[in-house]
Amino acid sequence: MSAVLVLAEVPALPLNEAGKYVAAAYIVLVIIILIYVSIMAIRLSRIERELGELLELSGAPKPEPEPAALAAHQESTPA
Amino acid sequence: MYGKGLRSLSIVTVAAMALALSLVFFYAPLEAEQGFLQKIFYIHVPLAIIALCGFVVGALFAIAHLRTRDSSWDMRSYVTIHMSLIFAVGALITGSIWAKGSWGHWWVWNEPTLVSFLIVFLLYATYQPLRFAIEDPERQSRYASVFAITAGAFVPMNFIAVRLSTAYLHPRVLGGTSNLPGSMRLTFMVSLAAVTLLFVTMCKYELTAKHTRAQVRALRRRLVGEDGSPARRGRTAVPAMGTQAAGRSGL
Amino acid sequence: MRRTVGALLRKELLVELRTFESVPGMSLFAVTTFVVFHFALNRSSVEGDLAAGILWVTLLFAAILGANRLFVADADQGGFDGFLLAPVDRSAMMVAKVLTMLAYLVVLELVAVPAFAILLLGPPLGPALPQLIAVLALGDIGIAVIGTLVGALAVQTRARDLLGPLLALPLLVPIVIGGARATAPLLAFSHAGGVPARWLLTLGLYDLIFGLIAYALFDFLLED
Repeated sequence: MSAVLVLAEVPALPLNEAGKYVAAAYIVLVIIILIYVSIMAIRLSRIERELGELLELSGAPKPEPEPAALAAHQESTPA
Repeated sequence: MYGKGLRSLSIVTVAAMALALSLVFFYAPLEAEQGFLQKIFYIHVPLAIIALCGFVVGALFAIAHLRTRDSSWDMRSYVTIHMSLIFAVGALITGSIWAKGSWGHWWVWNEPTLVSFLIVFLLYATYQPLRFAIEDPERQSRYASVFAITAGAFVPMNFIAVRLSTAYLHPRVLGGTSNLPGSMRLTFMVSLAAVTLLFVTMCKYELTAKHTRAQVRALRRRLVGEDGSPARRGRTAVPAMGTQAAGRSGL
Repeated sequence: MRRTVGALLRKELLVELRTFESVPGMSLFAVTTFVVFHFALNRSSVEGDLAAGILWVTLLFAAILGANRLFVADADQGGFDGFLLAPVDRSAMMVAKVLTMLAYLVVLELVAVPAFAILLLGPPLGPALPQLIAVLALGDIGIAVIGTLVGALAVQTRARDLLGPLLALPLLVPIVIGGARATAPLLAFSHAGGVPARWLLTLGLYDLIFGLIAYALFDFLLED
């Protein structure tokens, strides 16, 4: 029982002084990548919206939401 | 097609990153002097090296642009420099964190790499304002290329000058990459490869996105005519992109 | 080529002599800055590192002021177009502008260095003067090259007064490093030997590399 209590106290990483800084440095990397991902997500939704407008303008029928199996099949065959 | 091969590239990048991080935390031994803090080395130094190489590659693309007048080279130059700037910021922040952990200060002047970086960062931070400030797209690309080449030549020159000015006065704070034991060297090499792949993937991603947007705009112009396209939101520093000639060979 | 450069240089210097646009302003700026430094640092006499730093920073900012004005007349009044029409080597303009800037800097230093020696400098300047002139000359070449390149870049942009200094300052850091480190022992009370050759080499290498780069790239800035 006391062993379990001791284990509960020990942190997963060496969270003494040094550990905090190392974690912070690697978190910076993660945040940079995530910020980039979110910027790309914004751009993607904007492109989707524009293409939707252009589709309407060109008078083509709206694409129906595809069933998942069909979409997966489309993706695996190279376009 | 800028996006060709992007999928395989990104998968390789993920694998390399996972391998690198595992090596850093599970394989590389603790360093004698700095202990656990030294592990920042495996992310800080690759970020720095890749950012610098990126700036030089951006200069090479700029030379290609001036030689061939093909605007796709200018686009590559712009994206490479932009991405290198982001990686340089990452290198500065991680270097600052390392300095704080080692010395207790957020900034140290006697670490020549950090100082050179700051100067290079300040220089390239003017790249986008320069582009923003020139309206004619052809002139913008041309002037940006001249700047990229000048700045690319500046990077090594700057490093030499700064290193000369600090070398004989203070010992290096953060240590170099010479005489590393084998396991550390392996970890470092893998980290370097992973960050390189990350850089290339992100650049390719960015190029594909810009190209796609240019294609959408061209499609809009064709469907609606010139007056139909909405005015470009604000000013833009993005180089104009042709849609047919550009990117036929991918990145 | 030499005749073109000579003709352009004569034109530049004539214009400057008639309008006094750049050099008096630069010199006055330098002297005023020394006074500001006196109040900012609360010192009556400086030497060594501090003196070298003040001298180089002041020269640098005064030079940037001058470099900003270097191409303004050409851009605003069609000087570029006239030059492009002439059947001459375009790089001649770059050489002429660099020499012009160099001339401005020499005059600037003829005013600023004595002013500095009188106003702020502690140790006597006499014994170190030849070496100081050599260091200043090497630094001036670098400042002139970068000033010309950046001036040409910035003059076609919208925020030309801001962008010029912003582009030039990081590029000139190696000159500041080399110049200030080389000058510091010259301005110290204990003249500890001469200038370390290392800094002269740095300045020389910088001048050579960027001189060549500017010469190669200048053409691309002139097209229209």
